[in-house]
Amino acid sequence: MEWLAALTAGGLAGIGMWLLLDRNLIRVVLGVAILGNAINLGVLASGRFAGSEAAFVTATTVPSDPANALPQALVLTAIVIGFGLFAFALAVLKSVRESHGVTTTDRVTEITEEPAPDIEEVGLQIHQDDADHHHDAEEVRQ
Amino acid sequence: MKALAVAPVFIPLITLLIGIMLRPYHQQVKVVSLVGAALLTLVGIRLVALANADVVLAVQLGGWEAPYGITVIIDRLSAAMVAITGIIGLAAALYGLVREGNPDVLRNFHIFLHGLLAGVCGAFITGDVFNLYVWFEVLLIGSFALIALGGGRRRLSGTMTYVVLNLLATLVFLLSAGLIYSSTGTLNMGELGLIFRAGEAPPAATLAVVMMLVSFAIKAALFPVFGWLPASYHVAWTPVSALFAGLLTKVGVYAMIRIVTLVWPEYGQAHEVLLWVACATMLVGVLGAAAQNEVRRILSFHIVSQVGYMILGLALASPLAIAGAVFYLIHHIVVKANLFFIGGIAARMTGSERLAAMGGLYAKAPWLAILFAIPALSLAGIPPLSGFWAKFVLVKASLADGFWWAAGVALLTGIFTLLSMSKIWNETFLKAHPQGEKAIRIDDEMRWGWWAISGLAAMTVLIGIGAGPVMEYAIAAAGQLADPVVYFQAITHPGGR
Repeated sequence: MEWLAALTAGGLAGIGMWLLLDRNLIRVVLGVAILGNAINLGVLASGRFAGSEAAFVTATTVPSDPANALPQALVLTAIVIGFGLFAFALAVLKSVRESHGVTTTDRVTEITEEPAPDIEEVGLQIHQDDADHHHDAEEVRQ
Repeated sequence: MKALAVAPVFIPLITLLIGIMLRPYHQQVKVVSLVGAALLTLVGIRLVALANADVVLAVQLGGWEAPYGITVIIDRLSAAMVAITGIIGLAAALYGLVREGNPDVLRNFHIFLHGLLAGVCGAFITGDVFNLYVWFEVLLIGSFALIALGGGRRRLSGTMTYVVLNLLATLVFLLSAGLIYSSTGTLNMGELGLIFRAGEAPPAATLAVVMMLVSFAIKAALFPVFGWLPASYHVAWTPVSALFAGLLTKVGVYAMIRIVTLVWPEYGQAHEVLLWVACATMLVGVLGAAAQNEVRRILSFHIVSQVGYMILGLALASPLAIAGAVFYLIHHIVVKANLFFIGGIAARMTGSERLAAMGGLYAKAPWLAILFAIPALSLAGIPPLSGFWAKFVLVKASLADGFWWAAGVALLTGIFTLLSMSKIWNETFLKAHPQGEKAIRIDDEMRWGWWAISGLAAMTVLIGIGAGPVMEYAIAAAGQLADPVVYFQAITHPGGR
């Protein structure tokens, strides 16, 4: 069983890395999600797949062949956290797309490298510069 | 004692919850946020006092004994880090009392701030590798919310970069935690240290620890994986940038110091690699800063360069060098956060943070110039400020071990740092404002920010003048790191003392 998990995790990690290296931000975020799942599987396999019963001890019964419960607990935690972070990354992606239409990694870097706007954006203003918005929207059409 | 040991995590978490419940009442949220940060500072100071009296708090959570349960251990290093976190949190909460922009966003800053503080403090006090991962995620989600605060195209783009690269680093950490468990059968840091120190670690475990150090290196922004930091820190709102600059990379540095001193107490191959990485980080950071022309971008590159100094201390591995790294960590958090706060106030007064569009502040606000000079000169290492002692100890430790070239790089970086700081000084303070003196805005709104920067500057001076006691504390902390009896006792004598 371990070899199957290892191969699957390796394959998923490969797909994840491949997507991460893409210029399209949507693919990058998906890549993070897939890589995350590959690693979750790896963590689960780190406890080996010995044992066929849930490691659930009650007052009367003790499982005779319990599975390793620790990696299960770890992976459950990691899945929950990973899900939350993935949702946040998607939300940011959506806002980036709405605010300037383009979702390529190069464009995002370019915008980050722009000279700092005057005090309006140093502070906490939330209004967008409409001129910029149209400019980017035109770029999409081209 | 048990309550005190977990207080650094529970105070911010409870503050966060109260803040969420009081959402509609902006003023009350701000008060709660200030009180929470002040309480955290007090707890941190109490922990430092306890640690200084050689009390080490070790608590097993969840009703399971170590190494199965989650261990919370607060030694000298952890206590100092918690106290500093409280102080920076308090300064950020004070600065955040300013009224500008959207009031809802301002309120959210005070709520998310405590989510970040909970994650940072949790990472400082945990004694369990997987638990460290969980706290990293807590501080990450807090930082994600904070960096995106206020929105705007430039900020969202920076957030995107920050989110993707930090998620990647955390995933690498998760994988290495799984591999450590699979190869050694433990996640408890004390037991891990014992296994490594006894020379019983299988090669896979060494590989897993190296992988973990790579993920910490991304967090700490070391060469060659620092690119995300200068690409994202300058887009956030000022107090957010200051918080990040002070605390976030330093969590990575702390984790590196913790793990490396536990598993490899003697100078070895890993230390040699770290030494080269440290020197490259110092130089690349400071040279990158020379090419920038906005206040926060210059300062962001200096974070990278300064982290190099701390890793230099860790890499040398002698007791003096580790003490120097701990001292540097304490001094640097205060100084760096303060420079970002001052940069924010200067930007607000001059109307821009582009150096070309700033100026005239020396004539209009001489106090701000003096308050800037203190952390700026400290960052460059001018005596008698705190940075001088930090650099002095590290250079001395390098020379003592025969690494004259590392000492040379450290000194050269200091000179370049001074050049960068004088660039900000000339452009922001000395030069006349390009639009004339009338363009400089002086308003009462920043008074809370002034309290924050004055307090932090006073701390810098105090650490400089009182370098003796602080250094003694750092040396004792380094002693604890070299011989972490408590970490090992926590396994053999569960329940703490």
